[in-house]
Amino acid sequence: MIIGLSHYLTVAASLFTLGMFGIFLNRKNVIVILMSIELMLLAVNLNLVAFSSFHADLVGQVFALIVLTVAAAEAAIGLAIVVVYFRNRRTIDVAEIDLLKG
Amino acid sequence: MFLSAAFFYLFAIVCVGSAFMVISARNPVHAVLFLILAFFNASGLFIMLGAEFLAMILVVVYVGAVMVLFLFVVMMLDVDFAELRAGFSKYLPIGATVGLLLLVELIFVIAAWVVSPGSSPQAPMVRGMSNTAALGEILYTKYVYLFESAGLILLVAMIGAIVLTLQHKEGVRRQSIAAQVRRKSSVELVKVQSGRGLL
Repeated sequence: MIIGLSHYLTVAASLFTLGMFGIFLNRKNVIVILMSIELMLLAVNLNLVAFSSFHADLVGQVFALIVLTVAAAEAAIGLAIVVVYFRNRRTIDVAEIDLLKG
Repeated sequence: MFLSAAFFYLFAIVCVGSAFMVISARNPVHAVLFLILAFFNASGLFIMLGAEFLAMILVVVYVGAVMVLFLFVVMMLDVDFAELRAGFSKYLPIGATVGLLLLVELIFVIAAWVVSPGSSPQAPMVRGMSNTAALGEILYTKYVYLFESAGLILLVAMIGAIVLTLQHKEGVRRQSIAAQVRRKSSVELVKVQSGRGLL
């Protein structure tokens, strides 16, 4: 019944897999893809915090803080791009973002 | 010990379950709400690991700011989400294959090594400080450049988001202070002679 490090790592691995699965599954919807990326980053954070806690080393939590910052910045920029794209094309279908194809 | 195990399983199961609902929900608003639930349970896991500050930040920053931003965007865009789900079943086999492979590999990696026995989750504390104080102690001294670069990243993201989404509509009459100050023939400087006045 003792909860060890591997329990936390298994939860993080499942979350990461679900995030990647979500990217495959919702190939068209940018918003769900962004949410899946958030899930994967959450899994990474869970790994970092679990290792930090079990090794009694705070650096992992500092790194998790930085990952959180970058994730927030990424979400803001990504959603801004989605809004601009929707304004121009009236859709957020990823398959239609091929203007640079030449 | 039993109670902490029970709480761990509660948080873990709800977290993974709501993560599954995020990617399979039909309505994107529901997906965002399930993501919020997943973040809440992850912050519960963080608290069980002794990382109270990160748990707090996860709730404040993620649930309070990022997820509300997602909710705004989902509700603001008038998208036909049913149409976007058209390829859902087409991508299911390859997605399931890759996902299962990744999960099996990750579990092999986790199961391949043994954590040293007796190690238990402990709040990494320095001289009996709380987690927040200890984190601040190293964040503002040893990792201050990292901290400031994080601030810089947020500044760049903020400016980038504003620049991307700001639009100037035609036909809106705004005040242009420079043009007002620059214009001629409305104000004239007149030299008035003493004793005669104007005229």
